[in-house]
Amino acid sequence: MTAPARWATLRRFTTARVALGRAGHALPTAAHLDFQEAHALARDAVHAALDPAPVAAAAAALDLAVVAVASEAPDRRAYLLRPDLGRRLRAADAQRLPAAPGAFVFVVADGLCATGVSDHAPALLRAAVPLLRAAGMSVGPVVIASQARVALGDAIGEAMGAGMLAMLIGERPGLTALDSLGVYLTAAPRRGRTDAERNCISNIRPAGLQPAAAAVKLAWLAGAARRLGETGVRLKDEQPATALPAP
Amino acid sequence: MAFAHSIGGTLYRFSDLRTLLARASPPRSGDALAGVAAASAAERVAAQRALAELPLRHFLHEAVIPYEADEVTRLIQDRHDAAAFAPVAHMTLGGFRDWLLGAADSAALTALAPGLMPEMAAGVSKIMRLQDLVAVAAKCRVVTRFRNTIGLPGTLSIRLQPNDPVDDPRGVAAAILDGLLLGAGDAVIGVNPATDNIETTRRVLDLLDMVRTRFDIPTQSCVLAHVTTTLRAIEQGAPVDLVFQSIGGTEGVNRSFGVSLTLLAEARAAALSLKRGTLGDNVMYFETGQGSALSAEAHHGCDQQTIEARAYAVAREFAPLLVNSVVGFIGPEYLFDGKQITRAGLEDHFCGKLLGLPMGVDVCYTNHAEADQDDMDALLTLLGVAGVTYVMGVPGADDVMLAYQSTSFHDGLYVRAALGKRPAPEFAAWMERMGLDAASHAGALPLTLPDLR
Repeated sequence: MTAPARWATLRRFTTARVALGRAGHALPTAAHLDFQEAHALARDAVHAALDPAPVAAAAAALDLAVVAVASEAPDRRAYLLRPDLGRRLRAADAQRLPAAPGAFVFVVADGLCATGVSDHAPALLRAAVPLLRAAGMSVGPVVIASQARVALGDAIGEAMGAGMLAMLIGERPGLTALDSLGVYLTAAPRRGRTDAERNCISNIRPAGLQPAAAAVKLAWLAGAARRLGETGVRLKDEQPATALPAP
Repeated sequence: MAFAHSIGGTLYRFSDLRTLLARASPPRSGDALAGVAAASAAERVAAQRALAELPLRHFLHEAVIPYEADEVTRLIQDRHDAAAFAPVAHMTLGGFRDWLLGAADSAALTALAPGLMPEMAAGVSKIMRLQDLVAVAAKCRVVTRFRNTIGLPGTLSIRLQPNDPVDDPRGVAAAILDGLLLGAGDAVIGVNPATDNIETTRRVLDLLDMVRTRFDIPTQSCVLAHVTTTLRAIEQGAPVDLVFQSIGGTEGVNRSFGVSLTLLAEARAAALSLKRGTLGDNVMYFETGQGSALSAEAHHGCDQQTIEARAYAVAREFAPLLVNSVVGFIGPEYLFDGKQITRAGLEDHFCGKLLGLPMGVDVCYTNHAEADQDDMDALLTLLGVAGVTYVMGVPGADDVMLAYQSTSFHDGLYVRAALGKRPAPEFAAWMERMGLDAASHAGALPLTLPDLR
């Protein structure tokens, strides 16, 4: 006869909030406050500003210039309410952007949560830029964008004449993942591109896809996009699994 | 046709019915984003007064999206039941509101449903307060069956939502046992797959069916994959109870979801052919949500709540077991804060019930919306009073796959206890038989699975 199973054993099999116990019909105090803490961190993360210093340092070490721009969303509230403003580049910023005809341009952007961007974007840049250069691509100045949606990259790429653009942007925060970085790759970025014309790498964070592994995937996609002449739904992620370094 | 109304010496004009409905809609960010919202509070109330004076019959003659341009409009008009409509045919929208709140009883509302067009339900909701939306919905009776009976008076069902970030069978199974222990799962045990492909879908379907049969649970299961994936699973002989699909209120938004009325009919026929329901043959499960049409650029200048009500006309064509709005999932650019999410959740429930649907609500929010657990508690309680058919049950309210917050298993326990509601009767008897409530108080787990030791 084995001992009767205990509810708490369920916790071994999932990161979901199982086996929390009960206080009457409600959550016990500790479980309730665990949730409140996670939500508080996520709320603060939505409103945190992007720290540009680590990105600028990584770019300098790679011998890349850095330019800071902003979307037309004047503040966080407007950014959340008006996604269209977050896709438009301020006119003055568009004029300040240097020309980089045909180059591969990185944009590092706050998105919905800047927490992980200043941590993971520099690591990704350090790994990806040498791979792109080794493949014969010219890498242009790094653009740091605030109050940015993914499609802001189209306006930036158009102003610079970029050949291809990788948008490194903070993903919507969950209660368990506050620091996810997403990468959106767009060939010939111009205003009016749709999401179907991009390729995406998501969940880049220490507990998800490692920045170095994401860099390998990005370089693979960039090479495939150059051969195909486009990014998007016709560019399938058929990168062999063995090309990824072991975690 | 154009409409007009004067407020404080200013004449407000509305060029057509869709514009009148949009300007009359209580404020929400999505309508402002679409550029269809009233420009001022006075314009909004002018539109509401003009709407209240509008004869209900007018909706038979002016479509918000042209008949020729949209198969959902064609469905709405072709299926309209004039005989069922007759008892209210002489009323204005304002008179209709008074009748709904007053003389209309449950039997009259059931008989009326096929005679109502979704735009009529949306229109009257725009001149109703929250308490009106609650009071009228509470009078509606909609009962559906598959392996149990959902929607009986005095019951409130829960969808057990055991999502896992990588569709790990052990993670899904652990969340199922957790939910069953806390009284969830009588609406459906329904998994959103992280990866929508046939292999994952079949693997999870097999797991759900194994758990259900092992414990002899009087409920149904569902993998919320795309309808085309589920059709392939049926062809391959997988144990499919319910066919799921996200739907919207225009042909264009449904196209963006990769579906049409023809495809939905085909899927329902395939599910019916399996004859897996023991008590009834409601085999469809639909999810909807305000804002999806604007997101797909397929809103035709209509407000998001009117389009949402039109999605319910699509749903009722296929006699679903379950329909729910995922009200706070879409984000703050459509519903900005707890106040907007609360109103939208009650509108969606009211319109769905009035149109004859077994309406549930995913009471939920994302971390970039101005909302928190207090807002969810308020909406859940209001919906419980309104007689919501079911809500979601997610471990600790935190969906670790979809990265949003919904209602927890504990929330389900709370709302049932606070309002004196029971699970579906067959499921309540099963819980009693298994001694689950006592077990969870004692920290015991009377349900075990081979893989979870």
